[in-house]
Amino acid sequence: MFPGTTAHRRVSTANDQNAYLAAMSQDHDHHHDHDHSELSETELRVRALETVLTEKGYVEPAALDAIIQAYETKIGPHNGARVVAKAWTDPAFKQALLEDGSKAIGTLGHVSRVGDHLVVVENTPTRHNMVVCTLCSCYPWEMLGLPPVWYKASPYRSRAVKDPRGVLADFGVSVPKDIEIRVWDSTAETRFLVLPMRPAGTEGWSEEQLAELVTRDSMIGTGFPRTPGAPS
Amino acid sequence: MNGVHDMGGMDGFGKVEPEPNEPVFHEEWESRVLAMVRAMGAAGAFNIDTSRFYRETIPPHVYLSSSYYKKWFLGLEEMLIEKGYLTREEVAAGHAMQPGKALKHGKFDLGQVERIMVRGKFARPAPAPAKFNIGDRVRAKNIHPTTHTRLPRYVRGHVGVVELNHGCHVFPDTAAMERGENPQWLYTVVFDGRDLWGEDGDPTLKVSIDAFEPYLDPA
Repeated sequence: MFPGTTAHRRVSTANDQNAYLAAMSQDHDHHHDHDHSELSETELRVRALETVLTEKGYVEPAALDAIIQAYETKIGPHNGARVVAKAWTDPAFKQALLEDGSKAIGTLGHVSRVGDHLVVVENTPTRHNMVVCTLCSCYPWEMLGLPPVWYKASPYRSRAVKDPRGVLADFGVSVPKDIEIRVWDSTAETRFLVLPMRPAGTEGWSEEQLAELVTRDSMIGTGFPRTPGAPS
Repeated sequence: MNGVHDMGGMDGFGKVEPEPNEPVFHEEWESRVLAMVRAMGAAGAFNIDTSRFYRETIPPHVYLSSSYYKKWFLGLEEMLIEKGYLTREEVAAGHAMQPGKALKHGKFDLGQVERIMVRGKFARPAPAPAKFNIGDRVRAKNIHPTTHTRLPRYVRGHVGVVELNHGCHVFPDTAAMERGENPQWLYTVVFDGRDLWGEDGDPTLKVSIDAFEPYLDPA
């Protein structure tokens, strides 16, 4: 393990100091400007590891390319948005979805292959749901794509279970004080998708039109769907 | 283990900072790290729980100051070295110096990509009936294993209510340590916000975790 590996610690400590100094010298608007010396060192180490794995015959670089391409182009919140839009227009599907998310989505075939353990939780006029993983970064990849940086970062992971209304305020979102806030901490292989409430003024809209209103954050519970007519 | 990864309820990390139009990856190397982790896991070099445990054992000061994919990289490299898939010398040199070790599922090539785009299955046949029913009051055990666990500190010792039964799943506490899948019943257990955070806590808050049966006592 790490503490016993001196070679590792030497490198890590240097990184740590660079990252810390870089972080301290940045204001909040520039938190993605990484320290360049740290970045290039990381890049070199990542390349070295891939070369070793390839030379040892463990991985084919083209297969790594294909994985990356799939995450960049095939999976994303559009998958979840289609499921939500269908639930808004098809009461039988919605009921099946809430009873067994994986099974119901499986019947759509074309959307995404979600595995066995997806749980869909419904926002109602009396309850707002929010999903977090305090221990790491568990997230319904197949429905929403790879999680955003903030979902995996310390501020969200630490505060969502204790001060969810404060977290929502960071997103510019406010939930009435008499509504229950239910936070789902994803501590196992179950994955949670929030089914937001259908926006008013969308009567008669098609599934395709409705799907355009469904944001990623509305399916995590840190946002609401777009309002008809509002800029997207 | 009681590591810094177990962050639920900690203060002082500041505001959540959403990034408008966030790209899937911010740097190319991040995508290579993600792909290597997925590929080597699928090839059978480690299971998902072991990979989580290695990230948890990154020294706290490094963990807190490293980006997400940097942590993935550090965990992956250390894990592959300790499991004997490569050596520190090879990593330092950036080249293989000896033949590879056999992988349980063989080399990860293009033909393997499709199968990893579907999530793995974690449900297993039940070795015994479930101890708890929906609606039962349960107390999260006050346990502090120094190895991997998925019972967050902030619920330990607190009483909640069983809301869902997800069936029997691979038990991360043993799987991570390569001591077998040891399937256990998995429940969603709901806690009242003020039970967790005291009288000043949000009265409208309820928090649930997914808890394996060995984490729970009847209450």
